[in-house]
Amino acid sequence: MTSQSEIMNVSNLFAGYGETEILHGINLNVNDGEIVCVIGPNGAGKSTVLKAILGQINIRDGSINLADQDIVNTPTTEIIKKGISYVPQTNNVFVSLTVEENLEMGAWVNPEYTQKKLIEMYELFPDLSEKRKQPAGSLSGGQRQMVAMAKALMVNAKILLLDEPTAGLSPKYRSEIFSTIKTINNNGVPILMVEQNAKQALGVSDRGYILVDGANRHTGSGIDLINDKEVARMFLGSRE
Amino acid sequence: MWDSFGFEFVNYYFVPGLVLGCIYALGAIGITLTFGILRFANFAHGEIMMTGAFLTWTFLELSKLIFGFYFHPLIACIPSIFIAIAIALSVDRFFYKPFRDSPTIMIVMASFGMMLIIRSLVQVIWGPNQITFVKGIAKPNGILRDLSGSFDMMLLVPSKHIFIILGTVIIMLAFNYMLTKTRIGKAMRAVSDSPDLAKVTGIDVEQVIRATWYVGGFCAVMAGVFMAMDTQFIMSTMGFRMLLPMFAAAILGGIGRPFGAVLGGLVIGFAEELSAYPWFGNGPLLSPGYKSGVAFSILVLMLIFRPSGILKGRVF
Repeated sequence: MTSQSEIMNVSNLFAGYGETEILHGINLNVNDGEIVCVIGPNGAGKSTVLKAILGQINIRDGSINLADQDIVNTPTTEIIKKGISYVPQTNNVFVSLTVEENLEMGAWVNPEYTQKKLIEMYELFPDLSEKRKQPAGSLSGGQRQMVAMAKALMVNAKILLLDEPTAGLSPKYRSEIFSTIKTINNNGVPILMVEQNAKQALGVSDRGYILVDGANRHTGSGIDLINDKEVARMFLGSRE
Repeated sequence: MWDSFGFEFVNYYFVPGLVLGCIYALGAIGITLTFGILRFANFAHGEIMMTGAFLTWTFLELSKLIFGFYFHPLIACIPSIFIAIAIALSVDRFFYKPFRDSPTIMIVMASFGMMLIIRSLVQVIWGPNQITFVKGIAKPNGILRDLSGSFDMMLLVPSKHIFIILGTVIIMLAFNYMLTKTRIGKAMRAVSDSPDLAKVTGIDVEQVIRATWYVGGFCAVMAGVFMAMDTQFIMSTMGFRMLLPMFAAAILGGIGRPFGAVLGGLVIGFAEELSAYPWFGNGPLLSPGYKSGVAFSILVLMLIFRPSGILKGRVF
């Protein structure tokens, strides 16, 4: 893996909300074509990493590079324009807007491809095609998640950030979302996701980071982390 | 069918109720949009309405001075709309924007202050007294009277009321088109749904806020001018007096819901006018002096029993 193909690099990141520091020197990177997942116990600072990347919290120190460009202290709207797409964990669709309107809003920063992208999204998420005129708030949790992901993909994203995309979903939808994530990635979009369903997430990921108390604990390929005895015992709920 | 009951009811209660409802609806749109998108109760909204009416009166007088005859108020209000929007935008830029990330109460207080400042400025410029907006007695529209008379149902609606009702319908249709078909209108609904999500979606929230002042300012001036056309006078306190029924309308319809505001405005307008109808016996049900009490009662009852409003809006 050469440095030219590096899409995102977070290095030595110290960040938090107001006075409280949550991330104490995080390092992670995402290369072109990869799915990278961040797992760890509650309160480890997983979602905070994504918020820091989006410029939504105070960054004390460290750097965040998107395609070799430092984006620390850039306003959120500008960061989105630079090609970072983000799907929050909750409240990730505009409930009173229809499915199609949600997707149109997703295309806000470069609206010229809206029609082309809409067709692509309805191919990727056939379920949504039937529901395009329905308010997103009337959909089930799994379908909302699909709207949220499709909305984020309406721009030509350099990288897609997913915050716990399968939280609260039924096992059936969970598998469907993971296979969709794989498909999106195969279409050429690198993905950085934070997940609770660690085993399944590592299963589809190229690499994984395990965070504990706002710092890196383990790093490795998805398979290696799943097979690692300590990781399995501590973080994957394995009873071996 | 068209007995004296219907004649009196329609001409003296129903149509005035509809007219008042239209005015409240237009005013409530601005209040509910500001609440939905900027998340605060804008006390200065009535003052934009009032300023719009005063500006329109000024342009009416100017037209008499320059051209020798009075323009129609709906022509004279066009420059007022631009000035009122400019006022709303500058107030937002200099007095509200600094408080965007502060607790809501601060921006509410700022708007309360703006209410007093704008009203005082209007009193300094135009004086504190009542001014006649349009002179003369409004006669019923002849065409409508004769046309409806041939169907044995004489409608005694003055032209000004026809202008108000049709004008409101046209504004509502345009507003509906904007919210459901245009990019900026959809973004306004999106920001109203969730400002945080709008931000991480890349929507330019400041642009949406400016659009909100455009629409709110426009509707406020129209409400003010319609009010002035209806009552035929203007006064520096007219905006403040409208504030309660407009808030009642916005809450009744569901705060943050533009079409709820329209519905709420119509209900409050009708309720105020119909409360004076002799439903039982010969005297009015409520003395017309209690009209504004009706809006207040509806407001209190809604807040107690259904704070989310008819269309399930946000709760304070």
